[in-house]
Amino acid sequence: MSDNLRTIVIDGHEVSIPDHYTLLQAAEEVGKEIPRFCYHERLSVAGNCRMCLVELVGAPKPVASCAFLVRDMRGGPNGEPPVMNTLSPMVKKAREGVMEFLLINHPLDCPICDQGGECDLQDQSLAYGRTGSRFAENKRAVEDKYMGPLVKTEMTRCIQCTRCVRFATEIAGVSELGAAGRGEDMEITTYLEQTLTSELSGNVIDLCPVGALTSKPYAFNARPWELTKTETIDVMDAAGSNIRVDSRGGAVLRIMPRIHEGVNQEWISDKTRFIWDGLGRQRLDRPYIRREGKLAPASWDEALGLAADRLGGDPSKIGVIAGDLNDAEGLKAAKDLFDSLGVKSLDCRQDGSKLGGGPRQGYLFNSTIAGIDEADALIIIGANPRTEAPVINQRIRQAWLHNNLQVALIGEAVDLTYGYEHLGIHASDLEGLPRKRSGFIKTLKDAKKPMIIVGQAALAREDGAQILRLAGKLAKAVGAVGEGWNGFNILHTAASRVAGLDLGFIPGAEGLDTPGILAAAGQGELDTVVLLGADEFDTTHLGDVFTIYVGSHGDQGAHAADLVLPSAAYTEKNGIYINTEGRAQLAERAVFPKGEAKEDWAIFRALSARLGRTLPYDDLNALRAKLIEAHTVFGQIDHAPGAEGAADFDPAELGADGDVLDAPIALSVSDFYLTNPIARASKTMAQCSSEVAAILKPHVQAAE
Amino acid sequence: MTQLLQDKDRIFTNLYGHHDWTLEGAKERGSWNGTKEILEMGRGWIIDQMKASGLRGRGGAGFPTGLKWSFMPREVGNRPHYLVVNADESEPGTCKDREIMRHDPQHLIEGCLIASFAMQAHKCYIYLRGEYVLERERMEAAVKQAYEAKLIGPDNIHGWDFDVYIHHGAGAYICGEETALLESLEGKKGQPRMKPPFPAGAGLYGCPTTVNNVESIAVAPTILRRGADWFASFGRPNNTGTKVFSISGHVNAPCNVEEVMSIPLKTLIETHCGGVRGGWDNLKAVIPGGSSVPLLPKEICDDVLMDFDALREHRSGLGTAAVIVMDKSTDVVKAIARISYFYKHESCGQCTPCREGTGWMWRVLERMARGEADTSEIDDLLDVAGQVEGHTICALGDAAAWPVQGLIRHFRHEIEERIANYRAGKPVFVSAAAE
Repeated sequence: MSDNLRTIVIDGHEVSIPDHYTLLQAAEEVGKEIPRFCYHERLSVAGNCRMCLVELVGAPKPVASCAFLVRDMRGGPNGEPPVMNTLSPMVKKAREGVMEFLLINHPLDCPICDQGGECDLQDQSLAYGRTGSRFAENKRAVEDKYMGPLVKTEMTRCIQCTRCVRFATEIAGVSELGAAGRGEDMEITTYLEQTLTSELSGNVIDLCPVGALTSKPYAFNARPWELTKTETIDVMDAAGSNIRVDSRGGAVLRIMPRIHEGVNQEWISDKTRFIWDGLGRQRLDRPYIRREGKLAPASWDEALGLAADRLGGDPSKIGVIAGDLNDAEGLKAAKDLFDSLGVKSLDCRQDGSKLGGGPRQGYLFNSTIAGIDEADALIIIGANPRTEAPVINQRIRQAWLHNNLQVALIGEAVDLTYGYEHLGIHASDLEGLPRKRSGFIKTLKDAKKPMIIVGQAALAREDGAQILRLAGKLAKAVGAVGEGWNGFNILHTAASRVAGLDLGFIPGAEGLDTPGILAAAGQGELDTVVLLGADEFDTTHLGDVFTIYVGSHGDQGAHAADLVLPSAAYTEKNGIYINTEGRAQLAERAVFPKGEAKEDWAIFRALSARLGRTLPYDDLNALRAKLIEAHTVFGQIDHAPGAEGAADFDPAELGADGDVLDAPIALSVSDFYLTNPIARASKTMAQCSSEVAAILKPHVQAAE
Repeated sequence: MTQLLQDKDRIFTNLYGHHDWTLEGAKERGSWNGTKEILEMGRGWIIDQMKASGLRGRGGAGFPTGLKWSFMPREVGNRPHYLVVNADESEPGTCKDREIMRHDPQHLIEGCLIASFAMQAHKCYIYLRGEYVLERERMEAAVKQAYEAKLIGPDNIHGWDFDVYIHHGAGAYICGEETALLESLEGKKGQPRMKPPFPAGAGLYGCPTTVNNVESIAVAPTILRRGADWFASFGRPNNTGTKVFSISGHVNAPCNVEEVMSIPLKTLIETHCGGVRGGWDNLKAVIPGGSSVPLLPKEICDDVLMDFDALREHRSGLGTAAVIVMDKSTDVVKAIARISYFYKHESCGQCTPCREGTGWMWRVLERMARGEADTSEIDDLLDVAGQVEGHTICALGDAAAWPVQGLIRHFRHEIEERIANYRAGKPVFVSAAAE
């Protein structure tokens, strides 16, 4: 794109605008508002709503400003700069006309429409429409389409802007939405009346400028102006999507994306968006103690007393496993307490991942999410970004579509929504790769900014450390790490993992890691195991050991527990989360914890007093001060280190030497919709899981 | 009195199929005579001759053909050039291309070769209307004959490697719009693209493409053989040449006829069509250029010339030169309502004004035809038509609006009468023939 400036006149003001801008962008550049429905910055230009018409002086007809480029404008006969009017009578008439056409077949059901109050059509008809309608005929009615458990349709309201169709085709990469029929009979349809098999489908709700596509779980729940809006961070995956939580009273009623160009742009996954009904179900709202084989309600006093009793014993017989959704403050308080008790067996890697201990770059997504836009070759090892981090996956898809990014995969061949070269499913395929002379290794070596993404499926194995080293060696061999570019990336699946690793929430000398703790517990070598919201492993391995579960939801961990200490879910506390890039982000409390539940750090602070080892902070700010003092990264809010220190980072030294196993690299996420306790408590997620599985199953069988 | 076209100056000498349509027959009538010499004159000469002939596109818009050819990039870059022939003749009333393809197909194929050579295209697609099944078979047979005679194809006797492909559409009017045609040819839904970029810059598969009407291409060989001056000697300046007119409706002998441009409408009808049914005074209105152009009442028809500029002066257009004649028995409101229904039916639905406006106009017109309307709605209807016209991606919006505007411009009194009759409980329309 050239950046040639061109002088044009907009509404009488002479301005210089890059000539590759559209007229709409040019108008926005100088603060002129152009109404639009079909145009969207991140989608291809359709130009079909005709709302953005402007006047070009000299042109016989108004032109669609969303599609017309500044460089195509024609100046006056004597070299005068081209003139565009956005407020002339011609434009006013054009807008009124289009607005009237859009409204003639749009139902007047705003009072019962969920889009009411945040509807583009409503707003723009107020600003640009005429006062009344001259349409005396019957309005069109359109049959509703079934789009699954997430998207509610009211297709009579549709204005055929095709944003949803373009989103599904371009961003989500599933051609499951389309416009069938023509003329006034054109309808947006899913063709087969089935659930969209995209993990990003909920975004069409935000894109829809009218109330045709609305949120099914949120239907008729609230009006936008009744809601308290809290800007916070998502924990469903390790991407750290920026979200806005809308709540009323104590209930979270919906979750929407916030724009963050470096992270999620303006998309969020369906799990992020629709998890909220899980926040109200299966909640641990008071302490429980197992009595005669059953969990019975107890008071905090009693529960803390019992916990102190158990933790006051031999520290070598205590194991601690942290889960995926914890905030950094809770982990810090827990670690400080267990350190002071002398507990060595603590681990934040409940999946058994072999990361941590080395340089910080060894466990981060170093090229950053935005860096995907710059990369020209990518190899994915043991990851399925589509289920592990959908917003990162769509970013890879955009780079594949628009920047000619070449992609290869080692691991199970799945539909990633973009094309890739499949190099095998075994760790040995990775081992042999650097020695090859042709094929994808050449693509990687020739690439200016090669990327390697290593997923948890490859690292959470017995030979995880060996695979990590192989990946590191590959990174070194292809020159993925150097001054200004660090293409070695770990894709995490747990929102709390990077913070845990930064804090050193891993076994100390002679301490046991997760598999070790579970094995020791099963053999009766441990007295007590503490689970900090850890549910993603087979709890039967715990055997008869006394289990303390600190968490928000009654899932596997709580069922196996002898003592339950209820804590706050991610929408109920202020906390710091570090995403897979190493970007610290602040989450804010939207609603208060349920019942008697307390924030994690407060539980450990209280427990520490009972144990006579009072932690040195009485409030969150004091805790944060200590946290930042010990680890400065927690203070660098919204900073992703990227290639910092890449020159001194040797990826080939990560992990350990040794042989890799013969077993194929499996998938780390078996069901995208049910990856954590909150999701498993959500009816919506359960419905998605069963419907999407039912659609995808025949394909799997056919492939076999 | 205008000089009528003499037989010696006819381009389409087998328009009525009285002679042999095959390559052999066409050669006897002069096709493929000296084609190689024409190509040897070079691209620049061909394009200059086409410009000098004053040929304006015969598909409806009347854009100068030579100028259009000159818009193609001078040098072939990394993208091939294409010629696409628009044989999706769907404008109601129009059937000229049909006859050319049925009876004079070699004119078209020879024109394709010359035009492609002039634009440095090695491939040409002929996009046929879905309903033209027999025409497709005839074209395929004609193309096969030309291949076998090595007139076209790789290593042909003309020294310009050249392939012709016949593509059969699915019968949508909108696919006659050049960019929708390209979308359809690419296998997508036939919806017009936005311009710019124009096809000469990014057309078929994003490559430089020129889309021409069948007649525009088919007349090119004869123009180049007989000279631009010969062609330019017919008609008025800026409206030169000969033209195939399709006359239908209430005339005694509906026909296709090749005539000089700028022939008076009355002469055309009286000379070639046996006059209006019941005599010239029984004429009510004429749609001079296919259903999309505004109709003209008898007063204008009396002396109007059939060319681009003269019809434009009367706020109508030559369009495809499909003359639809309506005598006094015609329910003109109902007729325009029917045309409105056609555009409502054929709107692709992509952009708002056309999608919503065509249905609105049709419904109002249907009521007006029955008199079930208010006189104030006439102005509303005119305003709605104005809101459609010029606000859409392609010209279908204009095509839908013009007949309505023409009706109100010339026959407003009839709508008003109808509304009054309906209110008074009288029959809303009594056909002149029944009186």
